[in-house]
Amino acid sequence: MTTAPSPGLHPGGSPADRTTAVAARATELSKIYGQGETRVVALDRVSVAFRQAEFTAIMGPSGSGKSTLMHCVAGLDTFSSGSVRIGETELGSLKDKQLTRLRRDKIGFIFQAFNLLPTLSALENITLPMDIAGRRPDKEWLDTVIRMVGLADRLSHRPSQLSGGQQQRVAVARALASRPEIIFGDEPTGNLDSRSGAEVLGFLRNSVRELGQTVVMVTHDPVAAAYADRVVFLADGRIVDEVHGPTADSVLDRMKRFDAKGRTS
Amino acid sequence: MFRTALRNVSAHKARLLMTVLAVMLGVAFVSGTLVFTNTISAALQKQSAKGFDHVDVAVTPGWKEAEGDRVGEPRELTRALVDESARVPGAERAIGVVTGFTAIAGKDGELIGSGFQSQGGNHWGDKDPRYPLTEGRAPRGEGEIVIDSETAKRAGYEVGDTVRMSVDGPVLEPVITGVFTTDDGNVAAGGSLTLFDTATAQKLFGKEGVFDEIAVKAKDGVSDTALRAQLEEALPAEVVETTTGTKLADDQAEAIASSMSGLKQGLLVFAGIALFVGTFIIANTFTMLVAQRTRELALMRAVGASRRQVTRSVLIEAFVVGAVAAVAGLVAGVGIGIGLRSLMGTLDAPMPDGPLVISAGTVVSAFVVGIVVTMLAAWLPGRRAAKIPPVAAMSALHAQATTKSLVLRNTLGALFSAAGVAVVLAATTMSGSDGQAPMGIGAVLLIIGVFVLTPLLSRPLIAAAAPVLRVFGVSGKLARQNSVRNPRRTAATASALMIGLTLITGMTVAAGSLQKSIDKMAADSIEADYVVSMANGNPLSPDVARTLERADGVTATSPMRNAVSRIDGETEYLTGVTGSTIGGLTEFEMESGRFEVGGARVVVDDGTAKTYGWRAGSDFTLAYEDGEKQRLTVSGVYVANEMISGIMIDTATLAPHESEPSDMVVMVKTADGASDAAKESLEKALGSNPGIKVQDRQDLSNEIAQMFTVVLNMVYGLLAMAVIVAVIGVINTLAMSVFERAQEIGMLRAIGLDRKGVKRMVRLESLVISLFGGVLGIGLGVFFGWAVGELMGTTMSTYELVLPWGRMGVFLLLAAVVGVLAALWPARRAARLNMLQAIKAE
Repeated sequence: MTTAPSPGLHPGGSPADRTTAVAARATELSKIYGQGETRVVALDRVSVAFRQAEFTAIMGPSGSGKSTLMHCVAGLDTFSSGSVRIGETELGSLKDKQLTRLRRDKIGFIFQAFNLLPTLSALENITLPMDIAGRRPDKEWLDTVIRMVGLADRLSHRPSQLSGGQQQRVAVARALASRPEIIFGDEPTGNLDSRSGAEVLGFLRNSVRELGQTVVMVTHDPVAAAYADRVVFLADGRIVDEVHGPTADSVLDRMKRFDAKGRTS
Repeated sequence: MFRTALRNVSAHKARLLMTVLAVMLGVAFVSGTLVFTNTISAALQKQSAKGFDHVDVAVTPGWKEAEGDRVGEPRELTRALVDESARVPGAERAIGVVTGFTAIAGKDGELIGSGFQSQGGNHWGDKDPRYPLTEGRAPRGEGEIVIDSETAKRAGYEVGDTVRMSVDGPVLEPVITGVFTTDDGNVAAGGSLTLFDTATAQKLFGKEGVFDEIAVKAKDGVSDTALRAQLEEALPAEVVETTTGTKLADDQAEAIASSMSGLKQGLLVFAGIALFVGTFIIANTFTMLVAQRTRELALMRAVGASRRQVTRSVLIEAFVVGAVAAVAGLVAGVGIGIGLRSLMGTLDAPMPDGPLVISAGTVVSAFVVGIVVTMLAAWLPGRRAAKIPPVAAMSALHAQATTKSLVLRNTLGALFSAAGVAVVLAATTMSGSDGQAPMGIGAVLLIIGVFVLTPLLSRPLIAAAAPVLRVFGVSGKLARQNSVRNPRRTAATASALMIGLTLITGMTVAAGSLQKSIDKMAADSIEADYVVSMANGNPLSPDVARTLERADGVTATSPMRNAVSRIDGETEYLTGVTGSTIGGLTEFEMESGRFEVGGARVVVDDGTAKTYGWRAGSDFTLAYEDGEKQRLTVSGVYVANEMISGIMIDTATLAPHESEPSDMVVMVKTADGASDAAKESLEKALGSNPGIKVQDRQDLSNEIAQMFTVVLNMVYGLLAMAVIVAVIGVINTLAMSVFERAQEIGMLRAIGLDRKGVKRMVRLESLVISLFGGVLGIGLGVFFGWAVGELMGTTMSTYELVLPWGRMGVFLLLAAVVGVLAALWPARRAARLNMLQAIKAE
């Protein structure tokens, strides 16, 4: 995979050509809160697959269910019906303990904020999931990841001594360090200025292109979404559209359309 | 403002509940103490007043002053004086009273009661108005007694039973001819009262023909004072003293009040400690509440509330919390008062009945203590709240508490600690009571200093625990780091535990060392296999020494007989011993000369020798009790200890001059040394006398140990309050930590730390904080224990420091248990945190 990446440019060959294996899949996934009058359908029979080595962005207006979808697929939240698989593992039947282990070993996370423990150094934060598992990090891989995010000279710093962008880069490194099957990002650039955000998104895309990592990211920013290979649009708990090889403009365009639809219907 | 404060109270119920609990415990302790002591002293006073119902005027013997070579002694109250008293016009009757120690055995042969409350007396005639008989008839002659109904019930005795009893030596086996009821305070407090006919009582108590007191009852319409005046006129003034019953009752009431005030003060000190520890928790809670509400308070400032209003809103909240805690504490305190009374009842110290006394003073103290303590503790956090700038309302995140430099704090702490250590060390070089005040001041300074320094100490001490915590992986590592994240809070939490453990450890070390030294004193100076004494410490009849001398297997005996004498017009106490055997029964270091007692040769202790400037070979003249003089020679000067001191003289030399020989103890050496069989045979030789104790050296040690154990256990029980308050403090701090770190915990859960790991993290943090407090407390306690011991050591030759390692281990374990228990609820809460909400929350 040596294609020079640039936002908005369709990469050489569709991702499906590289591999057809699916890293995570939701089938007929529903999430319903409350009962009777107060019943709210957050996800309405959503079916979606995230292929390996693909960078997917999930978009939609607030309340569309995009975060809920990610949380359910990532094993952070329970769902009402349907099924979710990470690799070969069906999440619906797992107990909390098994889910925790699954998240620890197979999933990487990047949150909007509070990614890092203030008491740990950058390096300790990066290796935290492996420390929790009691595993030794793969030294070579760790070096590769750290070099990629450009943190080699900041490893002993505490989060409070790092800028917001640097903190999110540490979070990216942490997500990558344990070689998870899939990384989920929840508005990972939501708290960053545009330059730092671009850096972080660049790393995520590089990890997909160069390291074959699978990444799923929730965002409401068309520019961020443009870094992805594919954008899935949610509205009212349903998938309403999908764009391959998006550009910021094309994404914005689609969003305007839903907005208009929402207003007329 | 008041409404906002109230809303805040109801909005933070759980957190404030902890504060209420902490204040409540302290208040409960204070009001419980007051309720208990007031109730008891009211009941005792009522009872003692009742006890004087039969006495309108008491006639007691006058005192013949010591003069020249004659020692002082009481005058004699004869039968003639009793009759004369009865004849004064205002007197309805006069009763001659004789009392003395009377041990009575239960059906199992063991002494009833503790020995100190085993009383005996005379039954006046066939019908003694003081002691109405409920069964049987009055005792007549030597073979008959009547006993009080409580004792009869306790031992299961009935009229017609034969009992074993003893007054000062020989065992008697009289028949119970009657049972009476009495208001006697001693009986109400668990003692026994045995009555003989008057002649028998006088004979048994060694007061033939004389009385201890004449109780005169006035005729109807004659006042106490009128009767007293008549008696003073009728009776020889130099022989008697008269006191009205009212005065006696008042005196006794006063004595009761003052003895209760000691107990009350002691208990209040512990209540104070609990409250002091409680203030840390209150201050902690309010600091947290203020931190939590930063934005809210800033908003109030932004919309126009003044600084003073913000402070006031915090103080109003504290007031409400304090008032609620005071009410709850008062209720709990009444419960404690009732509980203490019934507890004392079960501990072989029955308490007189009486209504529960909840005075206005108790209620006022509860409120003042509860409210004042809470508001004082909340004052600093309230001021801090006022300093929050209005702009903090706009910032998106929690305004991080500015980590103020600890430099000033550390400097102050170091100064206080250094001063404290210096004063304590200086106090240890002073002698006895001179050092007490500086010791106390130094201790307070040092505790304050260490308290102020705890944030500084927390880092190195907790870092030392790192290797152990590493075993627990990530949870251990995070726990260690979390525990030093907010050094002030950790310090305040640990200090609460520290204070309790300092006191507990200090007491244990000092008491243990003291016990050891007394023990050693007994073991070092006594060579006898057995020491025989009266159960209540009264003198033994000389018959006992004679009986023991003849008993099987006994090789040597010597009494230790007390006698008074005059030397150069000063009263000096003599110890009469058997000169030929005493050398083998005791062991003393000699300052000069030889340990030789016999004829006119005596040994004296170093203190007395110094007073009179005697050395081995010195001569001096001594006047005995009966006024006769003798020239004696000092054969040696021995080093005395706290158990045995004075001038030792041969009983043979002493005997002719004594009216009533009083052997305090008899020391016995047996052919085969101490053994169960030897002890049994000695007891048998004495007729299995319930009033006499036969103790080997081990028994003496045990008796000493038991005294210390009882005192220590009481202190432990009281200090448990402080520890409970400390537990609440740890729970409080952890709950706060969990709350503050909700997002972190959510993130940790998301990236794969399971619930167990989260729980373990919180538990370990709790354990680290508790053990930190424990180590500091035990360390300080050992230091204080050592210092107090050094101070006592100056007056106690055998003193040496004993470190109770086992106990100290238990205390450390206790700290660990506190940590684990305190973490139960916060850890569960942390593990149950909804991780999605935690992550999303900003």
